Amino acid sequence: MKLLLAIWKWFDERSGIGAIVVPLASHLVPSGSRWWYVFGSATLFAFLVQVVTGIALATIYVPSTAHAYASLRYLSEVAPLGAWVRGMHYFGASAMIVFVGAHMTRVFLMASYKYPREVNWLSGVGLLALTLGMGFTGQLLRWDQNAVWSTVVGASQAARMPLLGPWLVRVVLSGATIGDATLSHFFVLHVFVLPLLIAGLVGLHLHLVLRNGISEPPSAGRPVDPASYRASYDAMLAREGVPFWPHAAWRDVTFGVLVVAGIAVLGLLIGAPALDRPPDPSLAQATPRPDWYLLWYFAVLALLPHAAEDYVMVLAPLLVGLLLLSPPFLSNRGERSMRRRPWAPLLVLFALTCIGVLWRAGARERWMPDFAALPLTTESVGERSGQLPAGAAVFNTKGCLYCHAVSGRGGTRGPDLTDVGRRLSRDQIVVRILNGGPNMPAYANNLAPQQLDTLVVFLESRSRP
Amino acid sequence: MSGIPERPAGSGGEAASGSRRRFLATLAVTLGALGAAIAAFPPLGLVLEPVFRRPRVAWRPVGRIGAFALGETVRVSFENSGVLPWDGVSARTGAWLRRVGEREFIAFSLNCTHLGCPVTWQPGANLFMCPCHGGVYDSDGKVAGGPPPRPLSRYAVRIRGDQVEIESERIPIG
Repeated sequence: MKLLLAIWKWFDERSGIGAIVVPLASHLVPSGSRWWYVFGSATLFAFLVQVVTGIALATIYVPSTAHAYASLRYLSEVAPLGAWVRGMHYFGASAMIVFVGAHMTRVFLMASYKYPREVNWLSGVGLLALTLGMGFTGQLLRWDQNAVWSTVVGASQAARMPLLGPWLVRVVLSGATIGDATLSHFFVLHVFVLPLLIAGLVGLHLHLVLRNGISEPPSAGRPVDPASYRASYDAMLAREGVPFWPHAAWRDVTFGVLVVAGIAVLGLLIGAPALDRPPDPSLAQATPRPDWYLLWYFAVLALLPHAAEDYVMVLAPLLVGLLLLSPPFLSNRGERSMRRRPWAPLLVLFALTCIGVLWRAGARERWMPDFAALPLTTESVGERSGQLPAGAAVFNTKGCLYCHAVSGRGGTRGPDLTDVGRRLSRDQIVVRILNGGPNMPAYANNLAPQQLDTLVVFLESRSRP
Repeated sequence: MSGIPERPAGSGGEAASGSRRRFLATLAVTLGALGAAIAAFPPLGLVLEPVFRRPRVAWRPVGRIGAFALGETVRVSFENSGVLPWDGVSARTGAWLRRVGEREFIAFSLNCTHLGCPVTWQPGANLFMCPCHGGVYDSDGKVAGGPPPRPLSRYAVRIRGDQVEIESERIPIG
């Protein structure tokens, strides 16, 4: 112990590290800062888990389109502890997204983005964007069938940009087609560029937390006035502040360790998402979908009115970005308490509801035709011979089944037709089949008269008993 | 915090020091920018070169004429243009090929014009259908329902000898 102390003294006298660290640890923070304030540091803890597990994964993962999938299979199925580390990396990413969201919500509700902490907020929005960028690029590195086609979907969205579209496609794919450069560029983004940017912005963010101090819990009737805020903040600290270490830090450490333990346990018990089938850009069997944190946006893209798509795909991400950046510019002074800003919790509730509803829609994917739907059986048809089974056969072979269910069999893309005989007249059924609808193809040139007749007879007979 | 002693302003300072300081500062900043540009240009060029490279055009064989039945639509796969030896599975892409005449073929893109997902040909229904958001195209590739904004793209097809060849240049999205 004595020796260690002597070594430290020798080192500190020459490096001056102590003179930097001690004031950081002992700086005063508002005494009322309680458990609400742990989400930011929890995000940082999760990020550190990502750094450590990411480095370990990179010792096995091969960033080449020829070998990436095989190396990931090896990592998940053979390498000792490989599946656990991959699971931790997945839940670490999930934790980062969850806690970035929680931290941002807390800061917004307490209006901590007001003077002098505007840049804290802006750098935080940058970190949110980088975190989502890490999530998306990380999912693509799996390079399974899902990832390959997700890359195509990403490029297709970029293609909607006016004028720049074709060029942006080449930026996303790093070339005119999907190839090795596509994957290695995503790898470089995920492993070098984005983490460096995150580290830099985290440095700025932490520096600002120290420079501007942790915002004191708001109370109604104590508005922020940029002219006097710093003086009154310092006076408050002198009156009732406590040293960060250990009076506030113990909460950050306790919560952070719980987060790390949670990541490890979930990574072990549940693990990373299973790999999809091997990648094959020439194979049409693929249903690309994002990981859970982007499922809500997946639903937006599916449920949009078709005419609005070009605008939404290009403008919505831009608009959401501007919206997130705007609070400190719209109001950097005045009341911070939720009691004087009742719209703030309402806005958070509204945003969470929107994301929640879209997320649920994204998880259910009711807009997807079900190509694996089981054909109707004699049981569900009701008769063994005559026009009904013939009509049901047309229903099966002409693809009606992929989108419409009858008695529990079939897709959910279009209306359930189990009792269509009650809802629609014969003429209405015929008109709809021949002309189609916004999401349904017209079958006028696609059905022989006899097929149409038997199909209509079959559908007319559908009425729930 | 840093223990570096600062020379008090003006001490040892000649009257001309103001302009000298400005000159030296400008020189250092300019040289620094130049150095950064020199170091950054070649690596940035290397990274961005694939973006600006003009796509190569290549005709890829997909099978003998006799292998395709008249009126049938089948999936064929072929090599992208400009592939590298280590592209692996990513070297290949696919198309829906239909023989419409003795020596006449149509090749439809796999990529839905909505968001690029792979469409599948449903021979019973006589339709191309997209699994992602339910885009539907009729047998000519015209939009029959759902979100796609444009008909399915087509590849150029030619016949060389008894081989059917597809023109491969870039991924047909956007």
